Amino acid sequence: MTDKTNTLLGKRRLLQIFTLTIAVGISGALFADDDDRERNLPSADNAKWRSECASCHVLYHPALLPERSWRKMMSGLERHFGDNAKLDPTTQKEITEFLAANAADRSSSRRAQKIAKSIPATQTPLRVSETVYFTHKHNEIRAEIWQRKAVGSKANCAACHSEADKGNFDEHMVRIPK
Amino acid sequence: MHRLIGSIALATGLGLAGAAWSAPTQDILRGYENEARQANAGFKPNAARGEAFFRSEHASIKGDGNKLSCAGCHTSDPRQSGMTRAHKRIEPLAPAANPARFSDAAKVEKWFGRNCQDVLERACTAAEKADLIQWLSTVR
Repeated sequence: MTDKTNTLLGKRRLLQIFTLTIAVGISGALFADDDDRERNLPSADNAKWRSECASCHVLYHPALLPERSWRKMMSGLERHFGDNAKLDPTTQKEITEFLAANAADRSSSRRAQKIAKSIPATQTPLRVSETVYFTHKHNEIRAEIWQRKAVGSKANCAACHSEADKGNFDEHMVRIPK
Repeated sequence: MHRLIGSIALATGLGLAGAAWSAPTQDILRGYENEARQANAGFKPNAARGEAFFRSEHASIKGDGNKLSCAGCHTSDPRQSGMTRAHKRIEPLAPAANPARFSDAAKVEKWFGRNCQDVLERACTAAEKADLIQWLSTVR
């Protein structure tokens, strides 16, 4: 072997080690971050839930409330926070079962369990913003921020949490509009 | 996707022809028109009545002094997008600005069903629905 081939082989070896290091680094970042699993609510999807519930408001993830809350809410859609949101019986049933199956108290995600535990068993809240978990997480948000035009109300999760519909409430992704 | 391309092509074609009528919208309007004729044989959809209906204000049942109207959420210009009370965008009502409007009879009935109860506390009549669609379809 000439000196030239040796150098070439050496360079190739270095490149291999470099690639391997990067690959290990990336997979480590992908698999080792338990925090991400807590930040995100488990993925859940249903086409009717997506189209029906999101036509008037932010698509609220089922793990934001316990099963009893969803059942109560879905049985009173003719007066839904003051508005008529009546659905045909088939759609109503499908969405109710989807919400129930993925509710906070039926989820294994840490965040969902914390939400469920923050609600006393005697209570059936219909507003996510009335749960202790919510008020605790938002205690540093001044009244003025809630009233900003781009926010409007505590019901407008997506104003600050751009991936709220996907159950992503990662604090690092919060962008409060001016 | 094909439907979307179809809608765009249709809207462009109709735009050139100078009208925002699509076949499904005409069918939906004719349906309400026929229904209204059963109560009033001489009924004809009237755009001016439709516009007045859209803008008319009604006292809220909550007794909070609020005035409710279609325009309250849809804005006074049906070519513009509106906003729900929960801050969600409402796509424009006028087919000229939103070709998907009044193209699905079940969807049209669902929203008349909900919104008439919210604003008027009663179902809308077929004549009111026909007048409104007549007006919205002529808005440019």
